Amino acid sequence: MIKLDTAFSALSDPTRRAILARLALGEVTVMELAEPFDMSQPAISKHLGVLERAGLIVRRIEGAKRPCRLAKEGVEVIDQWLAMLRKALSSNYDRLDTVLAEMQPPKSRRKR
Amino acid sequence: MSKLTLKTEGDRYVVVSRRFAAPPEAVYRAHTDPKLVQKWLLGPEGWTMPVCICEAKPKGKIRYEWANGKGGGFYLTGEFIELEPPRRIVHVERMHMPAVTPDNHVETLFAPDGTGTLMTMRMTLPDLETRTRMLSSGMEKGMEASYARLERAI
Repeated sequence: MIKLDTAFSALSDPTRRAILARLALGEVTVMELAEPFDMSQPAISKHLGVLERAGLIVRRIEGAKRPCRLAKEGVEVIDQWLAMLRKALSSNYDRLDTVLAEMQPPKSRRKR
Repeated sequence: MSKLTLKTEGDRYVVVSRRFAAPPEAVYRAHTDPKLVQKWLLGPEGWTMPVCICEAKPKGKIRYEWANGKGGGFYLTGEFIELEPPRRIVHVERMHMPAVTPDNHVETLFAPDGTGTLMTMRMTLPDLETRTRMLSSGMEKGMEASYARLERAI
């Protein structure tokens, strides 16, 4: 199960969001993750631990490897993307409210 | 209170709606006059739009360039397809980050709603690869501040 506060905290780190984006493409091992991120395996493992505790990913044991994938109920890339879109649009339209308020037509100004 | 609704329609579209306390004429103008667009179409806090080209006519060019004042930036290009002032705008746009994303087809409707306007925007949902790229690119860095604020709020 996703724990919202730990999930938000886990998502606040750009490396962890990039790891999730990579996992959206399919299951990977720590070794495969460490390479494109140019990070040591222990550093990657630490990030994976945070994501796992937040309920965003699951890891299984396969010999010495521990492949990880997105948790089914975890935040998928589409949800992350929609959340990003929502945030950007909300900020835009809140500003647009202000722009519209400043755009009162001359007619209504004369009425005052 | 959040006045924005955002939902997916099938696998291909995102539909956004929002009410504004101004008539459709004003909301339409704020979407088509570059001097007004530049004031609000900025995304997360801290970004500005130093370049805003918005030729509101069929085949008219769109070019928005954003900067965060710290050397970060990306831009969007597009073209208007259909304009029916003050009720409808159809345009296509793509992000350059700097790799270009597939075309996003957008239809924006402005309907009278009491003394205000109900805006409905229907856009193309980018495919998985594009979403992944957008999330792990410079565009997403603009979200840092928001995520940080969110984290503090929890």
